[in-house]
Amino acid sequence: MKTVNQKAWLLILPVVICVAFSAILPLMTVVNYSVQDIISPERRVFVGIEWFKSVMRDDDLQGALLRQMGFSLSVLLVEIPLGIALALSMPAKGWHASAVLVLVAISLLIPWNVVGTIWQIYGRTDIGLFGAALARLGIDYSYTGNARDAWFTVLLMDVWHWTPLVALLCYAGLRAIPDAYYQAASIDGASKLAVFRFIQLPKLRGVLMIAVLLRFMDSFMIYTEPFVLTGGGPGNATTFLSQYLTQKAVGQFDLGPAAAFSLIYFLIILLLCFVLYNWMQRVGTTEKVPE
Amino acid sequence: MARIDLDLAHAYRPNPVKDDDYALLPLTMSFADGGAYALLGPSGCGKTTLLNIVSGLVKPSQGTVTFDGVDVTARTPQQRNIAQVFQFPVIYDTMTVAENLAFPLRNRGVPADRIAKRVGQIAEMLELSGQLNTRAAGLAADAKQKISLGRGLVREDVSAVLFDEPLTVIDPHLKWQLRRKLKQIHQELKLTLIYVTHDQVEALTFAEQVVVMTRGRAVQIGSASELFDRPQHTFVGHFIGSPGMNFLPANANGDAIEIAGRSMTLPTAAAGARALGDLTLGVRPEYVTLAPADAAGALPAVVTQAQDIGTYWLLTARVAGSDDSLVRVRLAPQHAVPQAGDAVWLQVMGAHTCFYKDQMLVAEAAP
Repeated sequence: MKTVNQKAWLLILPVVICVAFSAILPLMTVVNYSVQDIISPERRVFVGIEWFKSVMRDDDLQGALLRQMGFSLSVLLVEIPLGIALALSMPAKGWHASAVLVLVAISLLIPWNVVGTIWQIYGRTDIGLFGAALARLGIDYSYTGNARDAWFTVLLMDVWHWTPLVALLCYAGLRAIPDAYYQAASIDGASKLAVFRFIQLPKLRGVLMIAVLLRFMDSFMIYTEPFVLTGGGPGNATTFLSQYLTQKAVGQFDLGPAAAFSLIYFLIILLLCFVLYNWMQRVGTTEKVPE
Repeated sequence: MARIDLDLAHAYRPNPVKDDDYALLPLTMSFADGGAYALLGPSGCGKTTLLNIVSGLVKPSQGTVTFDGVDVTARTPQQRNIAQVFQFPVIYDTMTVAENLAFPLRNRGVPADRIAKRVGQIAEMLELSGQLNTRAAGLAADAKQKISLGRGLVREDVSAVLFDEPLTVIDPHLKWQLRRKLKQIHQELKLTLIYVTHDQVEALTFAEQVVVMTRGRAVQIGSASELFDRPQHTFVGHFIGSPGMNFLPANANGDAIEIAGRSMTLPTAAAGARALGDLTLGVRPEYVTLAPADAAGALPAVVTQAQDIGTYWLLTARVAGSDDSLVRVRLAPQHAVPQAGDAVWLQVMGAHTCFYKDQMLVAEAAP
């Protein structure tokens, strides 16, 4: 007979406590709010899944969700290939490599709200370098007045801010490929494109997976930069999910619907990450690797 | 296929001054068309550097590489039409075994039907036929290395196929099998093969000519028997053979030679050693025999160890009158084997005794 040693549970207790305070308890509070109507701090009514139903039918919210999906998709489509291209063109050794690494990493060090402010000024048609340059070229550009321009500016800002992260991850991945692979490819007469397609891209799969997940989650939760740059406007052209949620929870103090939607939001991210992860795990093993 | 001539030196750092700065000291060497060569030497002796210079992955810091008289020093491996197999398997993860094998051909625009035929042949040869449509990434290390070997052999028109310790990751029983396969392929295809290894058995069984290297220098090029019977350098004597050659300090003065305090007559064929003064006598454990007391050319010694190695006995004996000269002797088991502590006389002077001055062979003793 083998005795089961239950003492092992004690060893994971510190972790359980930490996770409980950092994640489980706050999440449970949200769950608690999502099933109640909080009329005033003293009065609250249990409403079951009523909030979930109403939130799902909310047109504004559906709009924000669609915009969010479109934004995250654009972010991935632009930043991942651009990051790979950047990493490929960065020097591998010497002082150039260190200098370029520092230059590339600069935008990552800037706080979110500062990024928003920088672009707010940068895009102004009177004093901003970018906006004024466009105006000079005769392009009618206004990120405050034109929904398309606003959307484009937010995307451009995110690309500027976060592509370096993808580039640095890919750069690390590229440096980890042993020389023998390049030597073998050169012996086998592979073209540069073939080297990329059959050596570099497959070997980057691991870091690309991290990059895609990070960029997806981060862009899906984007808040500060568009809030500072456009305030969600014009209209609600750049009102993404987290901003909508904040308006509801803090602005209008609709804690119930906000909590219900927080949970849905959380589940969407979880689900999409799960799908993305599994897809990327699979895709390299059959033929091509995603970009 | 091509005859390869090297006349070069290589240093990884700029402006080499001393010998230690060189990865390869100046050397001249030829590989005949269709020959099977091995570069043999300990780790760090420059054999991989030499191989990479032949393939074009490394450009020598001075000198030239010529293929059939054409200077190819500045050309890429691709232009030289070289195939090379590396120490650790390099496979293209996303491809199947067949696609991996076809890759070098496909890159050169070989027609599909010829690719298919050639891939089939190579897979057959390396016993990979059953796995042709499996993805290469999931295979075991030895199967992956077979794919690497296959990619090296798949092109028929290569100048040479270079192997850089290709069997390191392979199981011992498969190693033997693959080595035979390579030899067989060499006989069938008559490709020039250059094989880098630090394993003497591998080198001597695979190659017709073995280049023994140490510290950036090619000390001897020869067949297995030449390396065994007439090592040109004490390093070769020491490195080839198991155990290596015995070396004893000696002093030649005219016709007399003094070894461990005993004076003997220098054989007539070793006349070259006559006036050289201090030198080293080298004799292989296989050629040392037990001799009657006071025999000419024999030394008294005390056995310190007697080991049974299965097919033979290995004696280690300390030469009398010296503190550190040990002689190893290989004895056939039918001999009455002396045990540790026994006093014996060892015949060191004989047909296969070599003399070295400054580590280089001077003359061989006559029978």
